[in-house]
Amino acid sequence: MTIAAGYNFGYLDEATKRMIRRAILKAVAIPGHQVPFGSREMPLPYGWGTGGIQVTASVIGPDDVLKVIDQGADDTTNAVSIRRFFAKVAGVATTGRTAEATLIQTRHRIPETPLREGQILVYQVPMPEPLFRLEPRVAETQRMHALADYGLMHVKLYEDIARYGHVAISYNYPVMVNRRYLMAPSPIPAFDNPKMDRMPALQLFGAGREKRIYAVPPHTEVRSLDFEDHPFVPIRADAACSLCGSRDTYLDEIVTDDRGGRRFICSDTDWCASRREEGR
Amino acid sequence: MRYAIRTEGLSKSFTLHLQGGVTLPVLHDVELAVAPGECVALAGPSGAGKSTLMRCLYGNYGAGKGRILLRHGETEIDLAAADARVMRAVRRDTLGYVSQFLRVIPRVATLDIVAEPLLARGVALEAARDRATSLLARLNLPAKLHGLPPATFSGGEQQRVNLARGFAPRYPVLLLDEPTASLDAANRAVVIGLVEEAKRAGTAIIGIFHDAEVRERVADRLFEVHPIPAAA
Amino acid sequence: MSTAGAPLLEAEGLTLRFGAIPALEEVALSIWPGEVVAIVGESGSGKTTLLRVLSGLVRPERGTVRYHGADGAVRDVHGMAESRRRLLHRTEWGFVHQNPRDGLRMGVSAGGNVGERLMAVGARHYGSIRAEAAAWLRRVEIDPARMDEVPTRFSGGMQQRLQIARTLVTRPRLVFMDEPTGGLDVSVQARLLDMLRGLVADLDLAVLIVTHDIAAARLLAHRMLVMRHGRVVEQGLTDRVLDDPQHPYTQLLVSSVLAA
Repeated sequence: MTIAAGYNFGYLDEATKRMIRRAILKAVAIPGHQVPFGSREMPLPYGWGTGGIQVTASVIGPDDVLKVIDQGADDTTNAVSIRRFFAKVAGVATTGRTAEATLIQTRHRIPETPLREGQILVYQVPMPEPLFRLEPRVAETQRMHALADYGLMHVKLYEDIARYGHVAISYNYPVMVNRRYLMAPSPIPAFDNPKMDRMPALQLFGAGREKRIYAVPPHTEVRSLDFEDHPFVPIRADAACSLCGSRDTYLDEIVTDDRGGRRFICSDTDWCASRREEGR
Repeated sequence: MRYAIRTEGLSKSFTLHLQGGVTLPVLHDVELAVAPGECVALAGPSGAGKSTLMRCLYGNYGAGKGRILLRHGETEIDLAAADARVMRAVRRDTLGYVSQFLRVIPRVATLDIVAEPLLARGVALEAARDRATSLLARLNLPAKLHGLPPATFSGGEQQRVNLARGFAPRYPVLLLDEPTASLDAANRAVVIGLVEEAKRAGTAIIGIFHDAEVRERVADRLFEVHPIPAAA
Repeated sequence: MSTAGAPLLEAEGLTLRFGAIPALEEVALSIWPGEVVAIVGESGSGKTTLLRVLSGLVRPERGTVRYHGADGAVRDVHGMAESRRRLLHRTEWGFVHQNPRDGLRMGVSAGGNVGERLMAVGARHYGSIRAEAAAWLRRVEIDPARMDEVPTRFSGGMQQRLQIARTLVTRPRLVFMDEPTGGLDVSVQARLLDMLRGLVADLDLAVLIVTHDIAAARLLAHRMLVMRHGRVVEQGLTDRVLDDPQHPYTQLLVSSVLAA
């Protein structure tokens, strides 16, 4: 494949890529810590993955095989646009297969297929600060991170249990990374949280509007916050995928008619398709 | 002489800054010594400074000049120079004061007011309350009043609460400012009994007794407090 | 109460100016375990500034504040790392603000407010945190049945009692109080003072309380400091300062109060 005329490899200029790589290196060195970076204007709006794209553009090489998912699917608008974008500006091969990809950019999911060493998972992050709804002052949240002063986050969990009987956070469920930094895992379902723990692949997080990068290096401990007597429980719909029959994957609910009919199917389209092929 | 409390050249005057800085001398070179088990009655006309002397001894008023030497446990302390924390310890362990009027924390039950100085010394709650109850009973304060704050009590009832509180801890030195002023004959007799008991137990007592009968019964001697002529 | 031993907190030569205005001038102060010390004076006398400097929230231009920790070590409050100072503020120290809104999280339930300090020091058992919070609410005379309500639904007096429960739940040794009864109705003040008096005695707390309420100071404090124009003009036993005031300003202050 070739790069479209007039573009530098990966769209960003080399100086910008170097700046972002430095931020990434620092983020890897301090797992879970948010590193500020000079987020650039990208040819798509904030909220569409500008942070993730800049991280991807800075780590992608000509031999990489790129997979992009949005809510687990490879064929949604956002995923298709970003995949095409990199095919055009980096000339890389793309794939829908998790196992074949070297670099995966994701919005809102972690693939069901376990990732392996050597792969990189890039998350698109709308709000990197896990404390932002609890403490409005940015300077104060930074101080709280510096001092590992995270009682307030537990207050939020306490309030949920007092009010609803359980922690009512179904996505972007806060985690402790390497027993030091509180981290927002991006809006992935809490169901995916356990996959982050000691994942062999490198996990990078990019927040374009908020201009922050953070990372979880391979094999790093990632713990979902909980109480001893209210342990963290990953939640999924109590159903089987109506396509592949899976009972242990994250499911999307599809309303099929206006009389209350509904089905559940795997949110990870690649995983679901592979299972059906195997089953054949 | 072995003494429990003694003053040396104790003088006290008040400077009223709000009245143009006028100075009122009240006590001049008071030399008073009281032995354990002795009761000394302060004598002198009204306004001579008897109450001021009592308050100086208790540390409620600062001493102007001189020393106030007190046996406090194994040590001798000059109260005129003692800091606030030492004064607190002295008041807890050694020096009691029954003032003319009950001034206590509002809304606290009578029984607790009397038991409080005992609790401060580390007496167990039950024992402190028992002692408080028996003293209040001895002073003829009806049991139904023990659970009430004394704010609404009559003058005589308040005075008896005050006395029970003062006698409860068995201080080595006890100051009594008109302890029987508003008491009837029966209760005066109780107070006389309490003072005599305290003396037998070795308490040094300094008192102002306007009631001649009481004074003659309890006082071993009189100590004259002389009024100071107005400063020239 | 002991006259021996070391003070909990010891300050020397504290000096601070706001522009040309002296807020503190050469202030020295010590407080021992189990002692209640009142700092009185009119508005602008520097008493709140003193409290903030003593508790490490504001740095003085000159002078030192030393704290004798529960671990036996003596530390310079303004020289210690912020992490240690914060740790002190949620373990061995407490701070009760005049306005409960400054000391509470108004969007968090009463139980959560009390539980926060426990969680901040590592409590991770929901049931125990809740039980402890309920016990403390009862202790400050708030019905535990209301522990899941937010403090905005509480009266001013209840909010202040909640702030006190939240402060005392980790059993601090030293509590700073800034006009804790200010802004409350007189009857509510009385109830709060009664409660504070009981808690202070039961928990053997050392308390530094800033107030312009002389009657409250007489009720609560063992010792008293009178401040004016950033200086301590008089100090001593509470009843001596109030009954035999020496300094002209103290005489004015005392004579302005109706006999209680």
